[in-house]
Amino acid sequence: MAGHNERLPTSDTAKQPDHIELKRVGLSYFTPRQETEALRDINLSIGKGEFLSIVGPSGCGKSTLLSLISGMLKPTSGTVMIDGVEVSGTSPKVGYMLQHDHLFEWRDVLSNVTVGAEIRRMDRVKARRKAVELLERYGLGEFVRHAPSQLSGGMRQRVALIRTLVAEPDILLLDEPFSALDYQTRLTLSEEVFHIIKDQGKTAVLVTHDISEAISMADRVMVMTKRPSTISSVREIRFDEGEQLSPWSKRQAGRYHDYFNAIWKELEDHVVSVI
Amino acid sequence: MSSPLYERYLRTLKRKQWLIGLARLSVLAAFLFLWELAARLKWIDPMLTSKPSLLWSSFREMATKGSLLHHTWISTQETLAGIVVSMALGTAIAVLFWWSTFASKVLEPYIVVLNALPKVALGPIFYIWLGDRYSVYGMAVAISVIVTIIMVESGFKEISKTKLKLMESFGATKLQMLRMVLLPASVPHFIATLKVNVGLTLVGVVMGEFLSSKAGLGYLIIYGGQVFQMNLVMVSITMLALLSVILYGLVNLLGRYARKKYHHET
Repeated sequence: MAGHNERLPTSDTAKQPDHIELKRVGLSYFTPRQETEALRDINLSIGKGEFLSIVGPSGCGKSTLLSLISGMLKPTSGTVMIDGVEVSGTSPKVGYMLQHDHLFEWRDVLSNVTVGAEIRRMDRVKARRKAVELLERYGLGEFVRHAPSQLSGGMRQRVALIRTLVAEPDILLLDEPFSALDYQTRLTLSEEVFHIIKDQGKTAVLVTHDISEAISMADRVMVMTKRPSTISSVREIRFDEGEQLSPWSKRQAGRYHDYFNAIWKELEDHVVSVI
Repeated sequence: MSSPLYERYLRTLKRKQWLIGLARLSVLAAFLFLWELAARLKWIDPMLTSKPSLLWSSFREMATKGSLLHHTWISTQETLAGIVVSMALGTAIAVLFWWSTFASKVLEPYIVVLNALPKVALGPIFYIWLGDRYSVYGMAVAISVIVTIIMVESGFKEISKTKLKLMESFGATKLQMLRMVLLPASVPHFIATLKVNVGLTLVGVVMGEFLSSKAGLGYLIIYGGQVFQMNLVMVSITMLALLSVILYGLVNLLGRYARKKYHHET
Protein backbone atom coordinates (compact mmCIF):
# COMPACT_ATOMS: atom_id res chain seq x y z
CA MET A 1 0.00 0.00 0.00
CA ALA A 2 2.98 2.25 0.59
CA GLY A 3 4.21 3.18 -2.87
CA HIS A 4 1.16 4.68 -4.52
CA ASN A 5 0.38 7.17 -1.81
CA GLU A 6 3.14 9.44 -3.05
CA ARG A 7 1.44 9.66 -6.41
CA LEU A 8 0.42 13.06 -7.64
CA PRO A 9 -3.20 13.73 -8.57
CA THR A 10 -2.24 14.00 -12.21
CA SER A 11 0.35 11.39 -12.85
CA ASP A 12 1.47 12.58 -16.26
CA THR A 13 4.78 13.32 -14.62
CA ALA A 14 5.25 9.82 -13.18
CA LYS A 15 8.44 8.14 -14.30
CA GLN A 16 7.56 4.46 -14.41
CA PRO A 17 5.05 3.33 -17.06
CA ASP A 18 1.53 3.45 -15.73
CA HIS A 19 -0.56 0.38 -15.14
CA ILE A 20 -3.66 1.68 -16.86
CA GLU A 21 -3.41 4.62 -19.17
CA LEU A 22 -6.10 6.40 -21.18
CA LYS A 23 -4.94 8.94 -23.73
CA ARG A 24 -7.38 11.38 -25.32
CA VAL A 25 -10.10 8.73 -25.20
CA GLY A 26 -13.44 9.54 -26.77
CA LEU A 27 -16.47 7.36 -27.35
CA SER A 28 -19.66 7.87 -29.31
CA TYR A 29 -22.68 5.62 -29.49
CA PHE A 30 -24.61 5.30 -32.69
CA THR A 31 -28.29 4.49 -32.88
CA PRO A 32 -30.50 4.83 -35.97
CA ARG A 33 -32.01 7.98 -34.44
CA GLN A 34 -28.90 9.77 -33.32
CA GLU A 35 -25.27 9.88 -32.45
CA THR A 36 -24.45 10.27 -28.77
CA GLU A 37 -21.09 11.44 -27.62
CA ALA A 38 -20.60 9.71 -24.28
CA LEU A 39 -16.97 10.42 -23.45
CA ARG A 40 -14.70 13.20 -24.66
CA ASP A 41 -10.99 13.60 -24.28
CA ILE A 42 -10.38 11.44 -21.22
CA ASN A 43 -6.77 11.41 -20.03
CA LEU A 44 -6.18 9.24 -17.03
CA SER A 45 -3.51 7.05 -15.57
CA ILE A 46 -3.78 4.65 -12.72
CA GLY A 47 -0.84 3.13 -10.87
CA LYS A 48 -0.31 -0.43 -9.72
CA GLY A 49 -2.15 -1.23 -6.51
CA GLU A 50 -4.07 2.01 -6.63
CA PHE A 51 -7.78 2.28 -5.82
CA LEU A 52 -9.62 4.85 -7.94
CA SER A 53 -13.28 5.75 -7.50
CA ILE A 54 -15.31 7.38 -10.22
CA VAL A 55 -18.43 9.43 -9.47
CA GLY A 56 -20.56 11.50 -11.79
CA PRO A 57 -24.13 12.29 -12.76
CA SER A 58 -26.29 9.36 -13.93
CA GLY A 59 -25.74 8.36 -17.50
CA CYS A 60 -22.44 10.20 -17.74
CA GLY A 61 -20.57 7.22 -19.07
CA LYS A 62 -18.84 5.95 -15.94
CA SER A 63 -19.64 2.35 -16.75
CA THR A 64 -18.66 2.95 -20.36
CA LEU A 65 -15.24 3.93 -19.12
CA LEU A 66 -14.93 0.57 -17.37
CA SER A 67 -16.02 -1.25 -20.53
CA LEU A 68 -13.26 0.58 -22.38
CA ILE A 69 -10.61 -0.49 -19.87
CA SER A 70 -11.90 -4.06 -19.96
CA GLY A 71 -11.63 -4.14 -23.74
CA MET A 72 -15.30 -4.96 -24.26
CA LEU A 73 -15.73 -1.62 -26.01
CA LYS A 74 -13.36 0.06 -28.42
CA PRO A 75 -12.83 3.80 -28.07
CA THR A 76 -13.93 5.90 -31.04
CA SER A 77 -10.79 7.95 -30.62
CA GLY A 78 -7.66 7.79 -28.49
CA THR A 79 -6.03 4.76 -26.90
CA VAL A 80 -6.42 2.65 -23.78
CA MET A 81 -3.25 0.94 -22.59
CA ILE A 82 -2.60 -1.63 -19.90
CA ASP A 83 1.04 -2.09 -18.90
CA GLY A 84 2.08 -0.15 -21.96
CA VAL A 85 0.18 -2.35 -24.41
CA GLU A 86 -2.87 -1.09 -26.26
CA VAL A 87 -6.05 -2.86 -25.22
CA SER A 88 -7.75 -4.85 -27.95
CA GLY A 89 -10.38 -7.20 -26.65
CA THR A 90 -10.73 -8.63 -23.17
CA SER A 91 -7.60 -9.47 -21.26
CA PRO A 92 -6.91 -11.95 -18.45
CA LYS A 93 -5.34 -9.04 -16.58
CA VAL A 94 -8.74 -7.47 -16.02
CA GLY A 95 -11.57 -8.73 -13.82
CA TYR A 96 -15.07 -7.27 -13.84
CA MET A 97 -17.52 -7.10 -10.97
CA LEU A 98 -21.06 -6.06 -11.82
CA GLN A 99 -23.97 -4.62 -9.92
CA HIS A 100 -25.70 -7.98 -9.79
CA ASP A 101 -23.79 -11.07 -8.85
CA HIS A 102 -25.20 -13.15 -11.74
CA LEU A 103 -24.29 -16.37 -10.03
CA PHE A 104 -25.46 -19.34 -12.07
CA GLU A 105 -28.29 -21.07 -10.21
CA TRP A 106 -27.45 -24.36 -11.88
CA ARG A 107 -23.98 -24.45 -10.33
CA ASP A 108 -22.98 -24.66 -6.69
CA VAL A 109 -20.82 -21.98 -5.09
CA LEU A 110 -17.52 -23.69 -5.89
CA SER A 111 -18.23 -24.25 -9.57
CA ASN A 112 -19.60 -20.70 -9.78
CA VAL A 113 -16.33 -19.18 -8.61
CA THR A 114 -14.34 -21.24 -11.10
CA VAL A 115 -16.41 -20.03 -14.09
CA GLY A 116 -13.80 -17.48 -15.15
CA ALA A 117 -10.96 -19.97 -14.83
CA GLU A 118 -13.00 -22.46 -16.84
CA ILE A 119 -13.60 -19.97 -19.64
CA ARG A 120 -9.94 -19.08 -19.77
CA ARG A 121 -9.00 -22.77 -19.74
CA MET A 122 -6.80 -22.36 -16.70
CA ASP A 123 -5.53 -25.41 -14.84
CA ARG A 124 -8.70 -26.91 -13.35
CA VAL A 125 -7.12 -28.40 -10.24
CA LYS A 126 -5.17 -25.25 -9.46
CA ALA A 127 -8.22 -23.07 -9.98
CA ARG A 128 -10.31 -25.24 -7.66
CA ARG A 129 -7.62 -25.17 -5.01
CA LYS A 130 -7.36 -21.40 -5.24
CA ALA A 131 -11.16 -21.10 -5.17
CA VAL A 132 -11.51 -23.19 -2.02
CA GLU A 133 -8.67 -21.30 -0.38
CA LEU A 134 -10.26 -17.91 -1.14
CA LEU A 135 -13.72 -19.05 -0.11
CA GLU A 136 -12.33 -20.30 3.18
CA ARG A 137 -10.25 -17.20 3.80
CA TYR A 138 -13.20 -14.90 3.24
CA GLY A 139 -15.66 -16.77 5.38
CA LEU A 140 -17.52 -18.85 2.80
CA GLY A 141 -15.75 -22.14 3.46
CA GLU A 142 -18.83 -23.94 4.67
CA PHE A 143 -20.92 -22.86 1.67
CA VAL A 144 -18.73 -24.42 -1.01
CA ARG A 145 -21.39 -26.97 -1.97
CA HIS A 146 -24.40 -24.69 -1.42
CA ALA A 147 -26.63 -23.41 -4.18
CA PRO A 148 -26.44 -19.65 -4.76
CA SER A 149 -30.10 -19.33 -3.78
CA GLN A 150 -29.18 -20.42 -0.27
CA LEU A 151 -26.90 -17.41 0.26
CA SER A 152 -27.75 -13.87 1.35
CA GLY A 153 -27.27 -10.91 -1.00
CA GLY A 154 -24.02 -9.85 0.63
CA MET A 155 -22.61 -13.36 0.55
CA ARG A 156 -23.55 -13.73 -3.10
CA GLN A 157 -21.66 -10.54 -3.94
CA ARG A 158 -18.62 -11.84 -2.04
CA VAL A 159 -18.83 -15.05 -4.06
CA ALA A 160 -18.95 -12.91 -7.21
CA LEU A 161 -15.79 -11.10 -6.12
CA ILE A 162 -14.03 -14.38 -5.46
CA ARG A 163 -15.15 -15.59 -8.91
CA THR A 164 -13.31 -12.60 -10.33
CA LEU A 165 -10.25 -13.21 -8.16
CA VAL A 166 -9.94 -16.89 -9.07
CA ALA A 167 -9.25 -15.81 -12.67
CA GLU A 168 -6.22 -13.95 -11.24
CA PRO A 169 -6.61 -10.46 -12.70
CA ASP A 170 -4.26 -7.60 -11.76
CA ILE A 171 -7.00 -5.05 -12.21
CA LEU A 172 -10.51 -5.14 -10.77
CA LEU A 173 -13.25 -3.09 -12.36
CA LEU A 174 -16.14 -2.63 -9.95
CA ASP A 175 -19.32 -1.38 -11.57
CA GLU A 176 -21.55 -0.29 -8.68
CA PRO A 177 -21.11 -3.64 -7.01
CA PHE A 178 -22.97 -2.66 -3.84
CA SER A 179 -25.87 -0.67 -5.18
CA ALA A 180 -28.32 -3.57 -5.23
CA LEU A 181 -27.79 -4.28 -1.54
CA ASP A 182 -29.47 -2.86 1.55
CA TYR A 183 -27.61 -0.10 3.37
CA GLN A 184 -26.24 -2.20 6.21
CA THR A 185 -24.98 -5.00 3.99
CA ARG A 186 -23.53 -2.37 1.73
CA LEU A 187 -21.39 -0.85 4.48
CA THR A 188 -20.17 -4.20 5.75
CA LEU A 189 -19.49 -5.55 2.31
CA SER A 190 -17.63 -2.48 1.06
CA GLU A 191 -15.43 -2.80 4.13
CA GLU A 192 -14.81 -6.48 3.35
CA VAL A 193 -14.23 -5.96 -0.34
CA PHE A 194 -11.77 -3.17 0.42
CA HIS A 195 -9.75 -5.46 2.64
CA ILE A 196 -9.87 -8.32 0.15
CA ILE A 197 -8.64 -6.07 -2.65
CA LYS A 198 -5.81 -4.60 -0.55
CA ASP A 199 -4.99 -8.04 0.80
CA GLN A 200 -4.68 -9.40 -2.75
CA GLY A 201 -2.74 -6.33 -3.89
CA LYS A 202 -5.03 -5.58 -6.83
CA THR A 203 -5.51 -2.35 -8.70
CA ALA A 204 -9.15 -1.31 -8.52
CA VAL A 205 -11.45 1.08 -10.34
CA LEU A 206 -14.82 1.58 -8.65
CA VAL A 207 -17.78 3.24 -10.30
CA THR A 208 -20.40 4.38 -7.81
CA HIS A 209 -23.23 6.81 -7.14
CA ASP A 210 -22.40 6.88 -3.48
CA ILE A 211 -19.99 9.70 -2.63
CA SER A 212 -19.13 8.36 0.81
CA GLU A 213 -18.41 4.95 -0.66
CA ALA A 214 -16.16 6.58 -3.23
CA ILE A 215 -14.21 8.53 -0.60
CA SER A 216 -13.94 5.78 1.96
CA MET A 217 -12.61 3.14 -0.42
CA ALA A 218 -10.33 4.98 -2.78
CA ASP A 219 -6.91 6.57 -2.91
CA ARG A 220 -8.23 8.99 -5.50
CA VAL A 221 -11.73 10.07 -6.45
CA MET A 222 -12.43 11.17 -9.99
CA VAL A 223 -15.48 13.32 -10.72
CA MET A 224 -16.96 13.29 -14.20
CA THR A 225 -19.16 15.87 -15.87
CA LYS A 226 -22.47 15.32 -17.64
CA ARG A 227 -22.51 14.06 -21.23
CA PRO A 228 -20.33 14.40 -23.26
CA SER A 229 -18.38 13.41 -20.24
CA THR A 230 -14.98 14.76 -19.40
CA ILE A 231 -12.96 14.60 -16.23
CA SER A 232 -14.06 17.37 -13.90
CA SER A 233 -11.47 16.70 -11.21
CA VAL A 234 -9.30 14.03 -9.66
CA ARG A 235 -8.82 14.30 -5.91
CA GLU A 236 -6.24 12.55 -3.84
CA ILE A 237 -7.86 11.29 -0.64
CA ARG A 238 -5.58 11.61 2.35
CA PHE A 239 -6.28 11.66 6.02
CA ASP A 240 -4.19 12.96 8.88
CA GLU A 241 -5.24 9.95 10.94
CA GLY A 242 -2.93 7.63 9.00
CA GLU A 243 -2.13 5.99 5.70
CA GLN A 244 -3.84 2.65 6.08
CA LEU A 245 -7.31 3.50 7.29
CA SER A 246 -10.18 1.16 6.64
CA PRO A 247 -13.26 2.54 4.86
CA TRP A 248 -15.08 2.54 8.20
CA SER A 249 -12.48 4.65 9.98
CA LYS A 250 -12.18 6.94 6.96
CA ARG A 251 -15.86 7.73 7.36
CA GLN A 252 -15.04 8.96 10.89
CA ALA A 253 -11.85 10.76 9.90
CA GLY A 254 -11.45 14.51 10.15
CA ARG A 255 -11.27 15.55 6.51
CA TYR A 256 -13.95 13.12 5.36
CA HIS A 257 -16.70 15.72 5.43
CA ASP A 258 -14.59 18.26 3.59
CA TYR A 259 -14.07 15.78 0.80
CA PHE A 260 -17.73 14.85 0.83
CA ASN A 261 -18.92 18.44 0.64
CA ALA A 262 -16.45 19.37 -2.06
CA ILE A 263 -17.45 16.46 -4.27
CA TRP A 264 -21.14 17.00 -3.53
CA LYS A 265 -20.82 20.64 -4.56
CA GLU A 266 -18.98 19.72 -7.71
CA LEU A 267 -21.55 17.08 -8.69
CA GLU A 268 -24.39 19.44 -7.91
CA ASP A 269 -23.02 21.96 -10.37
CA HIS A 270 -22.98 19.31 -13.08
CA VAL A 271 -26.43 18.02 -12.25
CA VAL A 272 -27.94 21.50 -12.12
CA SER A 273 -26.42 22.42 -15.45
CA VAL A 274 -28.15 19.37 -16.94
CA ILE A 275 -31.53 20.68 -15.83
CA MET B 1 -41.34 -30.72 17.71
CA SER B 2 -44.17 -29.02 15.87
CA SER B 3 -47.05 -27.45 17.76
CA PRO B 4 -50.49 -29.12 17.81
CA LEU B 5 -51.86 -26.18 15.88
CA TYR B 6 -49.37 -26.78 13.08
CA GLU B 7 -50.23 -30.47 13.02
CA ARG B 8 -53.87 -29.68 12.74
CA TYR B 9 -53.05 -27.38 9.84
CA LEU B 10 -51.14 -30.20 8.12
CA ARG B 11 -54.02 -32.60 8.73
CA THR B 12 -56.57 -30.25 7.17
CA LEU B 13 -54.26 -29.71 4.24
CA LYS B 14 -53.93 -33.44 3.69
CA ARG B 15 -57.66 -33.95 4.03
CA LYS B 16 -58.31 -31.28 1.43
CA GLN B 17 -55.97 -32.97 -1.04
CA TRP B 18 -57.67 -36.29 -0.41
CA LEU B 19 -61.04 -34.73 -1.02
CA ILE B 20 -59.89 -33.27 -4.34
CA GLY B 21 -58.54 -36.65 -5.47
CA LEU B 22 -61.70 -38.41 -4.42
CA ALA B 23 -63.90 -35.86 -6.19
CA ARG B 24 -61.88 -36.24 -9.37
CA LEU B 25 -62.40 -40.01 -9.38
CA SER B 26 -66.09 -39.59 -8.58
CA VAL B 27 -66.57 -37.37 -11.60
CA LEU B 28 -65.13 -40.08 -13.83
CA ALA B 29 -67.14 -42.81 -12.11
CA ALA B 30 -70.35 -40.81 -12.34
CA PHE B 31 -69.74 -40.10 -16.00
CA LEU B 32 -69.16 -43.77 -16.79
CA PHE B 33 -72.14 -44.83 -14.67
CA LEU B 34 -74.50 -42.36 -16.35
CA TRP B 35 -73.24 -43.35 -19.76
CA GLU B 36 -73.81 -47.04 -19.04
CA LEU B 37 -77.21 -46.38 -17.49
CA ALA B 38 -78.36 -44.15 -20.34
CA ALA B 39 -77.29 -46.71 -22.91
CA ARG B 40 -78.95 -49.61 -21.11
CA LEU B 41 -82.23 -47.77 -20.58
CA LYS B 42 -82.13 -46.68 -24.23
CA TRP B 43 -82.10 -42.98 -23.37
CA ILE B 44 -79.36 -42.85 -25.95
CA ASP B 45 -78.69 -45.16 -28.86
CA PRO B 46 -75.79 -47.54 -28.00
CA MET B 47 -75.17 -47.94 -31.71
CA LEU B 48 -74.07 -44.31 -31.78
CA THR B 49 -72.55 -43.91 -28.34
CA SER B 50 -71.40 -47.40 -27.39
CA LYS B 51 -71.23 -47.98 -23.61
CA PRO B 52 -68.53 -48.51 -20.99
CA SER B 53 -69.15 -52.24 -20.44
CA LEU B 54 -68.98 -52.85 -24.17
CA LEU B 55 -65.81 -50.78 -24.40
CA TRP B 56 -64.21 -52.85 -21.70
CA SER B 57 -65.03 -56.15 -23.39
CA SER B 58 -63.89 -54.95 -26.78
CA PHE B 59 -60.73 -53.54 -25.18
CA ARG B 60 -59.98 -56.98 -23.71
CA GLU B 61 -60.71 -58.67 -26.99
CA MET B 62 -58.59 -56.25 -29.00
CA ALA B 63 -55.78 -56.31 -26.49
CA THR B 64 -55.54 -60.09 -26.35
CA LYS B 65 -55.68 -60.38 -30.10
CA GLY B 66 -52.73 -58.06 -30.12
CA SER B 67 -53.84 -55.52 -32.67
CA LEU B 68 -54.73 -52.71 -30.22
CA LEU B 69 -51.46 -52.80 -28.35
CA HIS B 70 -49.62 -52.98 -31.65
CA HIS B 71 -51.39 -49.87 -32.96
CA THR B 72 -50.84 -48.06 -29.64
CA TRP B 73 -47.17 -48.92 -29.75
CA ILE B 74 -46.87 -47.59 -33.31
CA SER B 75 -48.43 -44.27 -32.28
CA THR B 76 -46.23 -44.10 -29.16
CA GLN B 77 -43.12 -44.63 -31.24
CA GLU B 78 -44.17 -42.00 -33.74
CA THR B 79 -44.94 -39.53 -30.97
CA LEU B 80 -41.65 -40.08 -29.14
CA ALA B 81 -39.64 -39.81 -32.33
CA GLY B 82 -41.58 -36.68 -33.29
CA ILE B 83 -40.91 -35.05 -29.91
CA VAL B 84 -37.20 -35.89 -29.97
CA VAL B 85 -36.70 -34.70 -33.54
CA SER B 86 -38.64 -31.48 -33.14
CA MET B 87 -36.94 -30.64 -29.83
CA ALA B 88 -33.50 -31.23 -31.31
CA LEU B 89 -34.21 -29.51 -34.61
CA GLY B 90 -36.08 -26.62 -32.99
CA THR B 91 -33.34 -26.02 -30.42
CA ALA B 92 -30.67 -26.18 -33.13
CA ILE B 93 -32.49 -23.58 -35.21
CA ALA B 94 -33.07 -21.36 -32.14
CA VAL B 95 -29.34 -21.57 -31.40
CA LEU B 96 -28.58 -20.59 -34.99
CA PHE B 97 -30.88 -17.57 -34.63
CA TRP B 98 -29.10 -16.55 -31.41
CA TRP B 99 -25.71 -17.09 -32.99
CA SER B 100 -26.41 -15.04 -36.07
CA THR B 101 -28.65 -12.02 -35.69
CA PHE B 102 -28.48 -11.69 -39.45
CA ALA B 103 -29.93 -15.16 -40.01
CA SER B 104 -32.62 -14.55 -37.44
CA LYS B 105 -33.60 -11.23 -39.03
CA VAL B 106 -33.65 -12.75 -42.51
CA LEU B 107 -35.68 -15.83 -41.55
CA GLU B 108 -38.07 -14.19 -39.10
CA PRO B 109 -40.93 -13.54 -41.58
CA TYR B 110 -40.70 -17.10 -42.86
CA ILE B 111 -41.04 -18.46 -39.35
CA VAL B 112 -44.07 -16.26 -38.78
CA VAL B 113 -45.73 -17.51 -41.97
CA LEU B 114 -44.85 -21.15 -41.27
CA ASN B 115 -46.23 -20.80 -37.76
CA ALA B 116 -49.53 -19.44 -39.04
CA LEU B 117 -49.84 -21.98 -41.86
CA PRO B 118 -52.14 -24.92 -40.97
CA LYS B 119 -49.72 -27.81 -41.10
CA VAL B 120 -52.48 -30.27 -42.05
CA ALA B 121 -52.44 -28.66 -45.46
CA LEU B 122 -48.99 -30.15 -45.96
CA GLY B 123 -50.37 -33.69 -45.53
CA PRO B 124 -50.53 -34.65 -49.21
CA ILE B 125 -47.02 -33.31 -49.79
CA PHE B 126 -45.62 -35.39 -46.96
CA TYR B 127 -47.51 -38.42 -48.26
CA ILE B 128 -46.04 -38.08 -51.72
CA TRP B 129 -42.54 -37.29 -50.52
CA LEU B 130 -42.24 -39.60 -47.54
CA GLY B 131 -44.71 -42.43 -48.15
CA ASP B 132 -47.48 -43.66 -45.87
CA ARG B 133 -45.23 -44.50 -42.91
CA TYR B 134 -42.82 -41.59 -42.70
CA SER B 135 -45.35 -38.92 -43.61
CA VAL B 136 -46.70 -39.37 -40.07
CA TYR B 137 -43.32 -38.36 -38.67
CA GLY B 138 -43.25 -35.45 -41.08
CA MET B 139 -46.61 -34.21 -39.85
CA ALA B 140 -45.66 -34.66 -36.19
CA VAL B 141 -42.44 -32.68 -36.59
CA ALA B 142 -44.04 -30.01 -38.79
CA ILE B 143 -46.64 -29.25 -36.16
CA SER B 144 -44.29 -29.00 -33.19
CA VAL B 145 -40.97 -27.74 -34.56
CA ILE B 146 -41.98 -24.14 -35.24
CA VAL B 147 -43.43 -23.72 -31.76
CA THR B 148 -40.24 -25.23 -30.35
CA ILE B 149 -38.12 -22.69 -32.20
CA ILE B 150 -40.26 -19.79 -30.99
CA MET B 151 -40.40 -20.96 -27.37
CA VAL B 152 -36.72 -21.82 -27.04
CA GLU B 153 -35.72 -18.59 -28.74
CA SER B 154 -37.87 -16.51 -26.40
CA GLY B 155 -36.24 -18.39 -23.51
CA PHE B 156 -32.82 -17.36 -24.81
CA LYS B 157 -33.98 -13.76 -25.03
CA GLU B 158 -35.11 -13.78 -21.41
CA ILE B 159 -31.61 -14.58 -20.17
CA SER B 160 -30.24 -11.32 -18.88
CA LYS B 161 -27.80 -9.52 -21.11
CA THR B 162 -25.54 -8.80 -18.15
CA LYS B 163 -25.07 -12.52 -17.52
CA LEU B 164 -23.61 -12.70 -21.00
CA LYS B 165 -21.66 -9.51 -20.33
CA LEU B 166 -20.11 -11.24 -17.36
CA MET B 167 -19.13 -14.14 -19.62
CA GLU B 168 -17.75 -11.67 -22.13
CA SER B 169 -15.65 -9.97 -19.46
CA PHE B 170 -13.90 -13.29 -18.94
CA GLY B 171 -13.32 -13.45 -22.68
CA ALA B 172 -15.85 -16.22 -23.33
CA THR B 173 -16.45 -17.42 -26.89
CA LYS B 174 -19.97 -17.79 -28.26
CA LEU B 175 -19.73 -21.54 -27.89
CA GLN B 176 -18.79 -21.16 -24.21
CA MET B 177 -21.71 -18.77 -23.66
CA LEU B 178 -24.01 -21.31 -25.27
CA ARG B 179 -22.71 -24.24 -23.27
CA MET B 180 -22.23 -22.52 -19.92
CA VAL B 181 -25.14 -20.07 -19.83
CA LEU B 182 -27.76 -20.34 -22.56
CA LEU B 183 -28.43 -24.07 -22.46
CA PRO B 184 -28.39 -24.59 -18.67
CA ALA B 185 -30.33 -21.37 -18.07
CA SER B 186 -32.97 -22.56 -20.52
CA VAL B 187 -33.74 -25.81 -18.73
CA PRO B 188 -37.12 -24.55 -17.41
CA HIS B 189 -37.96 -23.37 -20.92
CA PHE B 190 -37.03 -26.74 -22.39
CA ILE B 191 -39.37 -28.43 -19.93
CA ALA B 192 -42.20 -26.02 -20.75
CA THR B 193 -41.58 -26.55 -24.47
CA LEU B 194 -41.57 -30.30 -23.97
CA LYS B 195 -44.97 -30.11 -22.24
CA VAL B 196 -46.45 -28.19 -25.14
CA ASN B 197 -44.79 -30.56 -27.59
CA VAL B 198 -46.35 -33.68 -26.05
CA GLY B 199 -49.77 -32.33 -26.99
CA LEU B 200 -48.80 -30.91 -30.34
CA THR B 201 -46.87 -33.96 -31.50
CA LEU B 202 -49.80 -36.21 -30.63
CA VAL B 203 -52.01 -33.98 -32.76
CA GLY B 204 -49.49 -34.29 -35.57
CA VAL B 205 -49.27 -38.05 -35.26
CA VAL B 206 -53.03 -38.62 -35.23
CA MET B 207 -53.46 -36.17 -38.09
CA GLY B 208 -50.76 -37.94 -40.07
CA GLU B 209 -52.36 -41.29 -39.40
CA PHE B 210 -55.79 -39.98 -40.41
CA LEU B 211 -54.40 -38.88 -43.74
CA SER B 212 -52.30 -41.76 -44.86
CA SER B 213 -51.16 -44.49 -42.54
CA LYS B 214 -51.96 -48.20 -42.30
CA ALA B 215 -51.37 -48.46 -38.56
CA GLY B 216 -51.62 -46.52 -35.33
CA LEU B 217 -54.44 -45.21 -33.17
CA GLY B 218 -55.36 -42.50 -35.66
CA TYR B 219 -55.75 -45.16 -38.31
CA LEU B 220 -57.95 -47.23 -35.99
CA ILE B 221 -60.17 -44.25 -35.27
CA ILE B 222 -60.67 -43.43 -38.93
CA TYR B 223 -61.18 -47.09 -39.80
CA GLY B 224 -63.65 -47.57 -36.94
CA GLY B 225 -65.59 -44.54 -38.14
CA GLN B 226 -65.72 -45.82 -41.71
CA VAL B 227 -67.04 -49.27 -40.75
CA PHE B 228 -69.35 -47.73 -38.12
CA GLN B 229 -67.73 -49.49 -35.17
CA MET B 230 -68.10 -47.02 -32.33
CA ASN B 231 -66.43 -49.43 -29.87
CA LEU B 232 -63.27 -49.33 -31.89
CA VAL B 233 -63.33 -45.55 -32.11
CA MET B 234 -64.00 -45.07 -28.41
CA VAL B 235 -61.41 -47.59 -27.26
CA SER B 236 -58.80 -45.98 -29.51
CA ILE B 237 -59.63 -42.54 -28.16
CA THR B 238 -59.34 -43.86 -24.61
CA MET B 239 -55.92 -45.31 -25.43
CA LEU B 240 -54.91 -41.97 -26.92
CA ALA B 241 -55.97 -40.19 -23.73
CA LEU B 242 -54.00 -42.70 -21.67
CA LEU B 243 -50.96 -42.25 -23.88
CA SER B 244 -51.04 -38.48 -23.45
CA VAL B 245 -51.45 -38.81 -19.68
CA ILE B 246 -48.44 -41.10 -19.48
CA LEU B 247 -46.27 -38.90 -21.69
CA TYR B 248 -47.27 -35.81 -19.75
CA GLY B 249 -46.46 -37.58 -16.49
CA LEU B 250 -43.04 -38.56 -17.84
CA VAL B 251 -42.28 -34.98 -18.85
CA ASN B 252 -43.34 -33.83 -15.38
CA LEU B 253 -40.96 -36.32 -13.78
CA LEU B 254 -38.18 -35.25 -16.10
CA GLY B 255 -38.91 -31.63 -15.25
CA ARG B 256 -38.76 -32.31 -11.53
CA TYR B 257 -35.44 -34.12 -11.94
CA ALA B 258 -33.98 -31.35 -14.09
CA ARG B 259 -35.12 -28.67 -11.66
CA LYS B 260 -33.46 -30.48 -8.82
CA LYS B 261 -30.29 -31.02 -10.77
CA TYR B 262 -30.08 -27.43 -11.91
CA HIS B 263 -31.22 -25.82 -8.64
CA HIS B 264 -33.93 -23.89 -10.39
CA GLU B 265 -36.50 -22.75 -7.91
CA THR B 266 -40.02 -23.81 -8.68
